[in-house]
Amino acid sequence: MRNHNNFIKQLIIGIIVIFILSILINNLTVNLIRTDMGLSFKWLLQPSGFAVSESTVPFKPSDSYAWALFNGWLNSLKVIVCGLAIATLLGIIAGTSRFNSNLLVRFIARTYVALVRQIPLLIQLLFWYFVAFLSLSENPLKIINGILEISNQGVYLFGLNLSLEFSALLLGLSVFTGASISEVVRGGLNSVPKGQWEAFRSIGLSEGDGMRKIVLPQALPAILPGLTSQYLNLAKNSTLAIAIGYSDIYAISDTTITQTGRAIEGFIILLISFIIVNLIITNSMELITSFLVKDTGK
Amino acid sequence: MEIAIKAKDIVKSYDKANLALDNVSLNVFTGEVLVIMGPSGSGKSTLIRTFNGLESIDRGRLEILGLHLDENQDEKQIRKIRRRVGMVFQQFNLFPHLTILENITIAPIKVQKRSSIESEITAKELLKQMGIYEQINKYPNQLSGGQQQRVAIARALALKPEIMLFDEPTSALDPERVKEVLDAIRNLANKGMTMVVVTHEIDFAKEVADRVVFMDEGKIVETSSPQNFFSNATEERSRRFLNQMM
Repeated sequence: MRNHNNFIKQLIIGIIVIFILSILINNLTVNLIRTDMGLSFKWLLQPSGFAVSESTVPFKPSDSYAWALFNGWLNSLKVIVCGLAIATLLGIIAGTSRFNSNLLVRFIARTYVALVRQIPLLIQLLFWYFVAFLSLSENPLKIINGILEISNQGVYLFGLNLSLEFSALLLGLSVFTGASISEVVRGGLNSVPKGQWEAFRSIGLSEGDGMRKIVLPQALPAILPGLTSQYLNLAKNSTLAIAIGYSDIYAISDTTITQTGRAIEGFIILLISFIIVNLIITNSMELITSFLVKDTGK
Repeated sequence: MEIAIKAKDIVKSYDKANLALDNVSLNVFTGEVLVIMGPSGSGKSTLIRTFNGLESIDRGRLEILGLHLDENQDEKQIRKIRRRVGMVFQQFNLFPHLTILENITIAPIKVQKRSSIESEITAKELLKQMGIYEQINKYPNQLSGGQQQRVAIARALALKPEIMLFDEPTSALDPERVKEVLDAIRNLANKGMTMVVVTHEIDFAKEVADRVVFMDEGKIVETSSPQNFFSNATEERSRRFLNQMM
């Protein structure tokens, strides 16, 4: 009886899914016929004719749309990978600081999280770009001479010239995601029994050693899933790059779609690009998890 | 006799209404086994945890092996004390992500900056003494409670402490596992280790304690020899407690 009911339920769900899919496919076909274009990716090989302000691989206007989109994808990947690293570092520092014995350190960490989480990311990006970076003077502000110099022309770091757009986007994404990661870290640390803190203290370990060797490793199983979802958020949020003129995959797709009118194909390429990025992130995190979280008999 | 721990007028409260420790003064002599008894909530655990700075105090003075502590939590001083005072907890509190060997060697390597080879030799000796050498490469969760507690004792001994604190070391154990842990503690006592033991084990206290302290409501009610305490306690409160226990 039960199996019979289940079968009917699954049948109904199946019919609904097929129905919705057929509406979507029908829509797509009708629209393609109406615009008289048909689904085609041949235009990808035509010269794009536009210039890209930021290129990871060499790019000139006579290069193809495909090459332009690949360039945009690399630009996205660049800011995502750097962002993940900086956001993780910020998150761990801010998250562990919530357990610091120093009141001021705890206060700074708490304020950072509260402030950053209450302001929309788009506004923060615009702030970093227009207020923090563009308002700098033309003469480089030498923070560490020859290593870190900042002006309204860009950022010079360890011999690398970073564009202002890249720097603002990277900083904005990292600061924003770092605050969320710090909450994930804090939650993970809270999941470690109090007895573990007492035990490492009672054998004379410093707070830093205890955090690194005893508490953080035990908090990892609770931290890693939340960390993965924050990483995916950062990757997806990176498309806000268009707001400050950074040539990421979305910004270049946008230009491409405007010039060619190939919206459907453009979005299919966008979808695939992001699925690839996110699969890389999810799989790497699974690998890291299996590597870090040991089987300890429980 | 030399004094290992000197507590003078210790006051400690968790909330404004109740004092966890109410003007407690106590001396522990070098080489002595002091047993603290009392009903739950009497402050005995709080008191023993002030001896290695796990609990801060609100007022009063502590002198642990000549190192002073007061209401200003001096982190450096506390860490100096912790290097010389070992502690064993009711819930063992072993590090579940480290092997038995790593549990024991982490403090000597990180705190005393001893080489890992030297620390492992010491750890193996301690595990042999505790009768759990075969478990050396296992993780804590693979051991019985009694075995885990013996690892915890070995971990505390790895820093070669001058004082050992035991906070209800057998309360979380199955009855048939209590003896093996008490035997380990007894062996330490016989070697002349200065020890403060919070416990409900009356037979153990009778046999091993040099003095018994009875606490209730944050105060020390009575301090006497185990013979006196268990046969004719002076205070009415102690007698009532013992009647319930026996």
